[in-house]
Amino acid sequence: MDISYIYLIPIIPLAVFLLLGINSKRIKPAISGYIGVLGMLSSFLLSIYAAYQYFFVSGKVNGEYKQFIDKHVWMNFTDTLHIDMGIMVDSISLMMLVVVTSISLMVHIYSRGYMKGDDGYTRFFAYLSLFTFSMLGLVLATNLFQIYIFWELVGVSSYLLIGYYYTKPSAVSAAKKAFIVTRFADLGFLIGILIMGYYTGTFDFETLNAVNPETGTLVLNWASASFMGLSVITWGLILIFMGGAGKSAMMPFHIWLPDAMEGPTPVSALIHAATMVVAGVYLVARLFPMFYFVEDGFALNIVAWVGGISSLFAAIIAITQTDIKRVLAFSTMSQIGYMMMALGVSGYEGHEGVGYMASMFHLFTHAMFKALLFLGAGSVIHAVHSNYLKDMGGLRKYMPITNITFLIAALAIAGVPPFAGFWSKDEILVAAFENNQLLYYIGVFVAGLTAFYMFRIYFGIFWGKEKEYEHTPHESPMSMAFPLLFLAGMSIVAGLIPFSEYVTADNKGFEAHLNYPLAAIATTVGIIGIALAWVFYKKENSLSDKYAKSFGVLYKWAYHKFYFDELYLFVTKKIIFNRISAPIAWFDKKVVDATMEGIGNKTVLVSEKIKGIQSGKLQDYAFAFIAGVVVLAGVFIYLWK
Amino acid sequence: MDFSSFLLMRHELILLVIILLLIVAEIFIPQHKKGSIVHLAIFLFGIHTAVGFLGMGDGVLFGGMFRTTGMIHFFKNVLNVGVFIILLQSADWLQEKIVAQHKGTEFFVLMFSSLLGMYFMISSGDFLMFYLGLELSTLPVAALAAYETSKRISSEAGVKLILSAALASGVSLFGISMLYATSGSIYFSEMAEMISVNNLTILGLILFFTGLAFKISLVPFHFWTADVYEGAPISVASYLSVISKGAAVFILMILLFTVFKPLMGIWENMIYIVALATMFIGNLFALRQQNMKRFLAFSSVAQAGFILLGIINGEQLGFATVIYFVLVYIFSNLAAFGVVQAISLQTGKENINDYEGLYRTNPKLSLVMMLALFSLAGIPPVAGFFGKFFLFTAAASKGYYLLVFLAVVNVTISLYYYLLVIRAMFLRKGENPIAFFTSKLYMRLGLVLTVLGIIVLGVYSPLYDYIFELSKGLM
Repeated sequence: MDISYIYLIPIIPLAVFLLLGINSKRIKPAISGYIGVLGMLSSFLLSIYAAYQYFFVSGKVNGEYKQFIDKHVWMNFTDTLHIDMGIMVDSISLMMLVVVTSISLMVHIYSRGYMKGDDGYTRFFAYLSLFTFSMLGLVLATNLFQIYIFWELVGVSSYLLIGYYYTKPSAVSAAKKAFIVTRFADLGFLIGILIMGYYTGTFDFETLNAVNPETGTLVLNWASASFMGLSVITWGLILIFMGGAGKSAMMPFHIWLPDAMEGPTPVSALIHAATMVVAGVYLVARLFPMFYFVEDGFALNIVAWVGGISSLFAAIIAITQTDIKRVLAFSTMSQIGYMMMALGVSGYEGHEGVGYMASMFHLFTHAMFKALLFLGAGSVIHAVHSNYLKDMGGLRKYMPITNITFLIAALAIAGVPPFAGFWSKDEILVAAFENNQLLYYIGVFVAGLTAFYMFRIYFGIFWGKEKEYEHTPHESPMSMAFPLLFLAGMSIVAGLIPFSEYVTADNKGFEAHLNYPLAAIATTVGIIGIALAWVFYKKENSLSDKYAKSFGVLYKWAYHKFYFDELYLFVTKKIIFNRISAPIAWFDKKVVDATMEGIGNKTVLVSEKIKGIQSGKLQDYAFAFIAGVVVLAGVFIYLWK
Repeated sequence: MDFSSFLLMRHELILLVIILLLIVAEIFIPQHKKGSIVHLAIFLFGIHTAVGFLGMGDGVLFGGMFRTTGMIHFFKNVLNVGVFIILLQSADWLQEKIVAQHKGTEFFVLMFSSLLGMYFMISSGDFLMFYLGLELSTLPVAALAAYETSKRISSEAGVKLILSAALASGVSLFGISMLYATSGSIYFSEMAEMISVNNLTILGLILFFTGLAFKISLVPFHFWTADVYEGAPISVASYLSVISKGAAVFILMILLFTVFKPLMGIWENMIYIVALATMFIGNLFALRQQNMKRFLAFSSVAQAGFILLGIINGEQLGFATVIYFVLVYIFSNLAAFGVVQAISLQTGKENINDYEGLYRTNPKLSLVMMLALFSLAGIPPVAGFFGKFFLFTAAASKGYYLLVFLAVVNVTISLYYYLLVIRAMFLRKGENPIAFFTSKLYMRLGLVLTVLGIIVLGVYSPLYDYIFELSKGLM
């Protein structure tokens, strides 16, 4: 299979970024919008073509999907340890290409309407392209170091996009928060990469992941060093997962995600729903054979539990939030927790790998309906100029398209058949049920919560009592409505794709069957959630407040996001700044600097003292000359020998 | 007799012809056209420099008095390029100040004679030739130092230089006679075998060493440096600081590495002490200077101290690093002197605080000066960094870690005073900064060449490998 044209997929957005970025003052906004959309469209079509070629024409050899790799040595350290640059084409990278380019294309189209009249219109499109380029580079990376480079680029471009409204202090601090928190997690990632490089002697995914088909173990050999009872490779994997948890907003690194909603809404749809936040999931999937085989999957177990707990935790918070974008943000965190959990409980071969498949499946469907939810929310915010539920109500009359598409997305995420979310969520629950019953119950409970909070905001926005609006709300222009319709279509049909034939851990594919009892349970729970939301929020009443009161402390804690932000502030400000940084600063100022200054002053002083030697008198010079000779002679003839 | 072997003296012969041509031209060019002498001399010397790059074999002449090798040939070319740049930088000064006093031709004749002396000195095969070359290279420079006869300070510089030089060469000659007394020969090749370690030899070595130490401005034989640089015309100061110093370093290194090899245990320690004294004294004095020429004088003293770190290595590595550093140093120092020259000629100002706000009025000159000072200070990625780095490696490879550490301390001190000048140019506003001016073609060419040198030497690494290969022949 010829893969060289796939290089174009990331390069086109890069070219668009350079074009728009360098000429941002000269290009007219309308034209820059078209350039951005056209560039993205060509990347999208190429991705579709590549995916078609791979999955249906030439990717499968002897019943197994192969990896196609094209790479070039960039920096050489030893014979085995080198950093390459290249692309890696396999089932998950192609699936991600399709997800990233399609969502990015929709967001580009949508932004032409949403951002109309904004001062930084061209700049916005340049940033979007930069982000898309980085994300595509991340997806196609062939080794740990390359993925790390693009990982950081993604971080930078998301920083630029979150802080897009840089005159707004809250946006600036949100951008900083997102950057610093993920950077901190990335420190772990980097250390993990270095551990891998040091103990295995390679960064290369292909070498790291190679599985011996006969023995069913990793081909790779590594030095058997251990630390605190765990092999260093397990530590490396845990640290790499730390980076993934940072980007994917898993506990305890999730605190940046709600604040990141300060960015323009299309950005949230692109970055915080479909692409960047799933980078962590992708990273674990990328290294799945390592996670699975090293020390009986100890690190993978951690992934499962972090995912499951994050998922529950976020769903509880989502119920109490009043800003609709924040509800969606916590919902995203919860759904990504689902994906992590599915990966964590997955096996490797055949049907045992259902978790892996389900995770990728859910990643795909979730990207569609969550992007739709964000874009729909953007459409609503565009109409009423507020993020808060209290300012919304009864909008179904004014915004029919938004209403219907939002409903479809909500049904999809609630897991109601036959919408996309039902199929993928079902597979996740099957995987959990077969491997870890406790996580299964958490998963089912979260499914109910999800349905409840999602319909809470749905009813809150489109039903309930009409508010007094400054301007009569109106449906969004076609440029914004089209992406909604497209994504709504995807949210309906995406679930019917037989994912298990194409994307599996061992690349061989298997046949998945619907597990009827489990599916029935999940659906029932989802419908109960919807029904509760109906009772509470269909018509505005005091029922919800009453129940909120009865939960008392729990409600208060959830409303304040379990005080995680305050905890972080306490740890950084009170403990790190006061107890650690302050003494170090004192030491730096009073000891290091003072010593240096002292030496400097003494130098100047000495130089002042000796300036008299240079008297300007020739006889003094001659004396010094002869004295020099005498001293040297004395030293070397009488003293030194 | 086969006269073709005289081609081994090609550099010397061509330069001699140029000197004679200039004297003849002086006679025939009419009084009001004397300015054309400058063009003629630069043109002829340019050709000489270009021809110098043609290849030349190794060989010995006059029964061993004169010799040439690939390295010596290369170094003569380096000296030529340096002198050529100096000529370009001083052309305007000569046209405006000197030609009018009917002293244009003599300037070139004196400078070329001195250069001829250097050729003989670095090509010498015995102490006689060495001494003749030394004298021939020094005496004309003394005359040049006193060239601006209208200035009292210039005459003072000339007198100080000639008297100091006389003392130094006398002491040095005394040392050579002692060496002759103990070894019975003045030929380098024979002495290397016959020299023995005894008190008289050591005394001879020390006395001989001081003669060259004077030319290189090593402490405590450096006192003349600042006074002479300040008083002499800038072209002469830059000639003294790079060409004269470079040639002396070269021959000193050859003699120490070959003839005095048996005494290495002694001269290593001597170099150690002198290097420390030179670096510290040079830097501590440079710190206080207000006059750019004195400032550069002490900076060049300090730089000589760094050079000793390469010499102390005593092997091929040391030789190559020193030659590379001298090459870098020639370009960097000439760039700095060139800017001083241009400004002094235009405005007569030579103090550091006159340079305040220079960047606003003359950004290009400031950038050249900045580059030169960065290179002298040894800031990557300009050439000076690699030059110093290699020198330190050479010393460290022999285990002189303490010396290298102290040298690094000195680099830090030097960074401070180099940055003082840069601060004046870039950060200070200045009450009446030097007004904008454009230099003439020759000066601009001279500065561009130095800038190119600084950048190319910093980037183009094969040159160092080439020097390293050439150094093999001398050991």
